Amino acid sequence: MTPIRPFPESAREELAKPQLRANLARATGTIRAKRRVVVEEMPDWEELREAGRAIKARTLASLDEHLLVLERAVESAGGKVWWARDAAEANEAVAQIARSHGVGEIVKVKSLTTDELGLNDYLAGQGIEAVETDLAELILQLDGDWSSHILVPALHRNRHEIGELFRRTIEPEVGDEPAALAEAARIYLRKKFLAAGMGVSGANFLVAETGTAVVVESEGNGRMCTTLPPVLVTVAGIEKVLPRWQDLEVFLQLLPRSSTGERMNPYTSLWSGTRAGEGPQEFHLVLVDNGRTRVLADDVGRGALACIRCSACLNVCPVYERTGGHAYGSIYPGPIGAILTPQLLGIENAPTLPYASSLCGACYEVCPVKIDIPDILVHLRGRAVEAGLEPVSERVAMRGLARTFASRRSYESAQRLGRAALRLPPWARVGPLRSWSRARDLRLQPRTFRGWWRSR
Amino acid sequence: MRLTLFVPCYADTLAPSAAIATVTVLERLGHEVVYPEDQTCCGQVHANSGYLREALPLAARFLEIFAAAELVVAPSASCVGTVRHLYPRLFRRVGNRELAERAEELGGRVLELSEALTGPLGVEDVGAYFPHRVTYHPTCHSLRALRVGAGPLRLLEAVQGLELVPLPRAEECCGFGGTFAVKNAETSAVMLADKVAAIEGTGAERCIAVDGSCLLQIGGGLARSGSGVEALHLAEVLAGEHGA
Repeated sequence: MTPIRPFPESAREELAKPQLRANLARATGTIRAKRRVVVEEMPDWEELREAGRAIKARTLASLDEHLLVLERAVESAGGKVWWARDAAEANEAVAQIARSHGVGEIVKVKSLTTDELGLNDYLAGQGIEAVETDLAELILQLDGDWSSHILVPALHRNRHEIGELFRRTIEPEVGDEPAALAEAARIYLRKKFLAAGMGVSGANFLVAETGTAVVVESEGNGRMCTTLPPVLVTVAGIEKVLPRWQDLEVFLQLLPRSSTGERMNPYTSLWSGTRAGEGPQEFHLVLVDNGRTRVLADDVGRGALACIRCSACLNVCPVYERTGGHAYGSIYPGPIGAILTPQLLGIENAPTLPYASSLCGACYEVCPVKIDIPDILVHLRGRAVEAGLEPVSERVAMRGLARTFASRRSYESAQRLGRAALRLPPWARVGPLRSWSRARDLRLQPRTFRGWWRSR
Repeated sequence: MRLTLFVPCYADTLAPSAAIATVTVLERLGHEVVYPEDQTCCGQVHANSGYLREALPLAARFLEIFAAAELVVAPSASCVGTVRHLYPRLFRRVGNRELAERAEELGGRVLELSEALTGPLGVEDVGAYFPHRVTYHPTCHSLRALRVGAGPLRLLEAVQGLELVPLPRAEECCGFGGTFAVKNAETSAVMLADKVAAIEGTGAERCIAVDGSCLLQIGGGLARSGSGVEALHLAEVLAGEHGA
């Protein structure tokens, strides 16, 4: 596992891009406003959130049983289930299915989990071309770029950049107007849909009792991927399972309102196994662990597995809005990424992410399944400290400070020393005080409170 | 009523004016204020930075010092939030049920100033005079952890001479976040710059909040930008008097 780059370092780089920041502020501001309208109109929004939280918590508590029910249901509907411990096993399963059918071209939809696995690169190494069919994913793929937002992966790109890219790659004559760009992509993709021997999808939900996979989308490309090619492979994390069909009632209300700010998303595709003479004639479900059981074993951290990838937390996060998604070094950016990535990769590979938050709590407030993100961030900070991943200087300072606060006497003498240090001119300041003073003044008042209290 | 004052370590050490003003307001309303001088720090900075082992003794110490208090009042939402929400959770996490329950019990009696005034002390007009145009920044912990709601605004609206102007994107974090301001200083500074611009855009002379820590950040940013707008704690407005 390669450690991700320290967040403060990547953030510094991203903060230096004024155009990016303007794009981010505009885009997140628009989605925030849309979400607010469709959430505030719901009289039972809090009850729905609580139901979503409870269903997820209960399901995760006996995940193994629900997965076995799912496996039986998928197989009795004519599908095949593959179990993948890690990215390598999942990728090889998909490649094996493709090879067995002599497939050289694949169309893809809902690619977040397969991005986590690095599936496209793996397939390319086997001579299999995988084409992304979400407009934003296609843009990124054509440019060799990567996602910066769960829902709007090309959020960091504007239409002029996209026009330039399309002229270079798929349609030399196209202009910069959104409609023309969409049409160029549509024509390009239509050929791919018809030629592909296999479709690969993710899943928003998997219903255990019926063996149903659910894909929620806006462009219709998902419906194409899951119905046109003769073979369909769905790759999903094991946490996507819901026990009952009826549970969808809750999540299909929570998800579109939280993610796109819509009452209902344009396309919801649901399928169970295969049906003779209709749609794909072969269905494979690849269930991926890739670190998830490790997350499940942490009784606080496991809250992150309830995530339904709506991205509401990204859109309200004041840190994400400034740095963008790439600073988080993973395809899961923003607050949810800050608690998911360190757990999936191991805290030692992403120790700076739990600190990439001011703990303002805006994420928790909007989360449709009530993941207490600030609490999990603090918990993961604790794990980073326990593992000795924080700088030694910080550990020494924190211990010293704790000893100082342990008695009135040591506290009061430290107050005197501290106040003396603060009287130093800015150029003579070191450590935390120095970074503080770069953007802010610090005005020291003439005495302490307890000094005043005693003098009255 | 006999009120026990909890003054956060940074407020005691760096910016005591908010705590002094708290005493002024509470005494003017006829309450007796006591200040246990053994208090030091609630341990928030340790707890929130992952130093659980260091935070726990400070939390236990806090429970000792304030155990006998009828009502504890503090001019800080985030420190109150630490006692009320974080302490029980921390003790439970290390399996100490007894201290978790004591923390829960005490937590109900530890109130942020505006909560105390508009709650058990039952007052909105504290008899203050403050002839300035002000804007109010709802700090994250007052807004989302304590959920103080409109209490601070009602207290401000009752102040004579005061003109309250709304702050655009008021509910957005100022970028302080404790060690966040140091560990992610650049991101914090950008968040601060946007907050400062929003405050300056209101035309207010003062920006009011209920957390001294956020006020250090906001005040530091305002001072650096040189616009002359001052950051003030709610208590300092409520302590304002004619001829003061």
